[in-house]
Amino acid sequence: MKRRDFLLATGAAGLVLWFPLEGSLQAQETEQTAARPGYPKDFNAYLRIGPDDRVTCLVGKVELGQGAMTALAMLLAEELDVALDQVDMVMGDTDLCPWDMGTFGSLSIWQFGPVLRGAAAEARAVLLQMAGEKWSVPAERLQVKDGVISVLGEPRLQVSYGQLVQGRRIERHLEKVTVKPVSAFRLVGKSAARKDALEKVTGRAKYAADTGLPGTLHACVLRPPVHGAKLQRVDTGAAERMPGVRIVRDGDLLAVLHERPDMATQARQAIKADFSHPEAGPDDTSIFDHLLKTAPPAQLVHEAGDLRAGERQATRTLEATYLNSYVAHAPIETHSAVAQVVDGKATVWASTQAPFIVRTEVARALGLPTQKVRVITPFVGGGFGGKSSGPQAVEAARLARAAGVPVQVVWDRAEEFFHDTFRPAAVVKLLAGLSASGKITFWDGQVVGAGEREAKPFYAIPHQRTTSAGSWQGGNPPGMHPFGVGPWRAPSANTNGFARESHIDALATLAGRDPLAFRLDNLADPRMAHVLNQVAERFRWVPKPAPSGRGVGLACAVYRGTYVAAMAEVAVDKTTGQVQVKRVVMAQDMGVVVNPDGALQQLEGCITMGLGYALSEEVRFKGGDVLQKNFDTYGIPRFSWLPKIETILIHNPDVPAQGGGEPAITVMGALLANAIHDAIGVRLFQLPMTPDRIKAALTHI
Amino acid sequence: MIKPISFRLNGKRVNLTTDDERRLLWVLRSDLALTGTKFGCGESLCGACTVLLDGEAVHACSVSLKAVAGKQVTTIEGLAKNGRLHALQQAFLDHHAFQCGFCTSGMILSAYALLLKKPRPSRDQIRQHLEGNLCRCGSHVRILDAIEAVASRKAGVA
Ligand code: FES
Ligand code: FES
Repeated sequence: MKRRDFLLATGAAGLVLWFPLEGSLQAQETEQTAARPGYPKDFNAYLRIGPDDRVTCLVGKVELGQGAMTALAMLLAEELDVALDQVDMVMGDTDLCPWDMGTFGSLSIWQFGPVLRGAAAEARAVLLQMAGEKWSVPAERLQVKDGVISVLGEPRLQVSYGQLVQGRRIERHLEKVTVKPVSAFRLVGKSAARKDALEKVTGRAKYAADTGLPGTLHACVLRPPVHGAKLQRVDTGAAERMPGVRIVRDGDLLAVLHERPDMATQARQAIKADFSHPEAGPDDTSIFDHLLKTAPPAQLVHEAGDLRAGERQATRTLEATYLNSYVAHAPIETHSAVAQVVDGKATVWASTQAPFIVRTEVARALGLPTQKVRVITPFVGGGFGGKSSGPQAVEAARLARAAGVPVQVVWDRAEEFFHDTFRPAAVVKLLAGLSASGKITFWDGQVVGAGEREAKPFYAIPHQRTTSAGSWQGGNPPGMHPFGVGPWRAPSANTNGFARESHIDALATLAGRDPLAFRLDNLADPRMAHVLNQVAERFRWVPKPAPSGRGVGLACAVYRGTYVAAMAEVAVDKTTGQVQVKRVVMAQDMGVVVNPDGALQQLEGCITMGLGYALSEEVRFKGGDVLQKNFDTYGIPRFSWLPKIETILIHNPDVPAQGGGEPAITVMGALLANAIHDAIGVRLFQLPMTPDRIKAALTHI
Repeated sequence: MIKPISFRLNGKRVNLTTDDERRLLWVLRSDLALTGTKFGCGESLCGACTVLLDGEAVHACSVSLKAVAGKQVTTIEGLAKNGRLHALQQAFLDHHAFQCGFCTSGMILSAYALLLKKPRPSRDQIRQHLEGNLCRCGSHVRILDAIEAVASRKAGVA
């Protein structure tokens, strides 16, 4: 059948209504849907099939390095039955892509995955229906491979999706669609080549600061010397006299603009400004008392049994307070954005995890309706939670409107440390009791500052209570956290995991038991027991109560449905306090694994990044100033820190795919604290476990 | 001082008239629109801006144009030859030796400089050489794997 005949046939049948697409793939969003966002039901929002058989997948998620571009393409290709390399991803463009809250919380696969699979499965079923009608063949006789539909036993009857769709929008929908069972997967579950690889190894990958819009001026923003300082007087005369410089002011935002970014920076140094001196708040040593004093009333997170009864059953109790400092996100790409405002419409290229949130922020700042703001998200050079909103995008948009030309804002490293929304400093108080037989009889936990995620222990403890006061999520009393705080890869869970797994280990020591055996004894969850046993087998764990002097330790965690367990071996130099992590073995049960190699990358990344908050990362501050300005004073993990890493993915196809970018990092604090304790016989109660803290702990025995 | 400056960039001659105190990074990224070289710290503390200057790895954020005049600069854009990836690029691709990719150009150029000097470095030597290159995503293991794979090959790397 010729293409035209086919068109006539389908059109005449009146079964399929075709609407030509406009030149661009404009999403038809109304003010109403913008106010009540949710994932659209229409599968056309997520995919387009081109006449060339390329499939464009549109998602509001962004590629931060975590491999979402590849994993989401795999899910689409799986359900649509096209080849993975037929799929082109368009991500994080608010005009083209369906609404999404943001790329964080390990939700891309767990929460959004089913939405995308459903859309692709429906599209596939519709396409099969259309082909069946075209040939008057029942759907059971049709098969699809790499986007080509054919009739079983009749090799001459073939049509590709592209030929069927002819570049138009499919206006047909089905009530019920079923997605493939795990057993039918041909792509999902097998490692795939990353779709962003070629661009990233050739330097062609575009990040926000690489937008290169003609006529762009680079902004260097005048910043206060300390948090809370207000601009009193400013003299821009000397800067203005420098060639090519423009000074732009929009309310409290003052910036130097120049065609060359380095010249803008130079000109800013010529500005003379006086700022007010705010009253000094807490510093990095007084912060913990400050948090306890300023925290809001504690909220009950979980309660079971009767603490009093648990106390009566206990023969020994153990109480401890665990602390952690503020931690920075420190992505290598600082916050960057380019904005252009033309005819009342703003377009912003932003390095962000949440383009739709940034759209709202920019719209609000410019007084525009959200439909007049388009946020485009190129590749993002790491986020870790720190790019969950877009202050730099708002700055660029305000300056672009004021200047009448495109403006680029790229924070320098000092700005990145100063304006980051840190992982909150926190205090966790734990009190627990043991029975004569080594069972945990009660658990009384209070978290202050960090938030409640994973605060409730997953061990089988009959009597327990967990409360939480203050959070990374905001809603804290003013001044409680002296800086902006926000989500940091697995929010709350690093703090709570450090406290819980340290305390469990300390209880094992109190009971005189091997820490693995003690955990298994106090767990009722077979999934966790399995993950622990897998790690123990690979590590060749030899049971012994800690401290054994060997420098080995373990920790485990559940985060949003994903189970992780790890064992480590460390060497501690008692004179310098230096820790070298020699080996980490980690296992993860995340249910169905979409892209095993991608999941392993996340495990490796979590282990490596986690060394930092465990051993060295700590934001120092005084009088409203963040004392670290660059990587010489804020130490993130380097090649010399790298342990031998061994990773295991547990096969568990009975559980739907869970998130894998965050859970593994939550064990790292306690894992190393426990191994250090095993090595030197002293427990560290504060993160990071710097050489100074280790030396101090050793002298206090 | 504003003056005419010329150097070779990825094999081609470049002539500019600009302040010779300016840092190479901004000239590459802005004046010459080669954005594969990244800004991460601006103070020789992260390695994201690593390029080759007469075969030596340098931080473009700290090298002034003055120091570049008359020399050869190689950036990530100059590594692939005739549409063929350089062995290191291919190895980074094969090993997925990146996540966000923001450190990748610097990592590849650093490794390239090492292999030019020492075609068969040990894993420990590679590690030491890359100590100044930061990766926040934790791609370190794979970066080492990728470079080691190239280093253990018979063929040269140039
Ligand atoms: S930007 Fe040059 S070393 Fe970091
Ligand atoms: S891959 Fe993201 S910083 Fe290295």
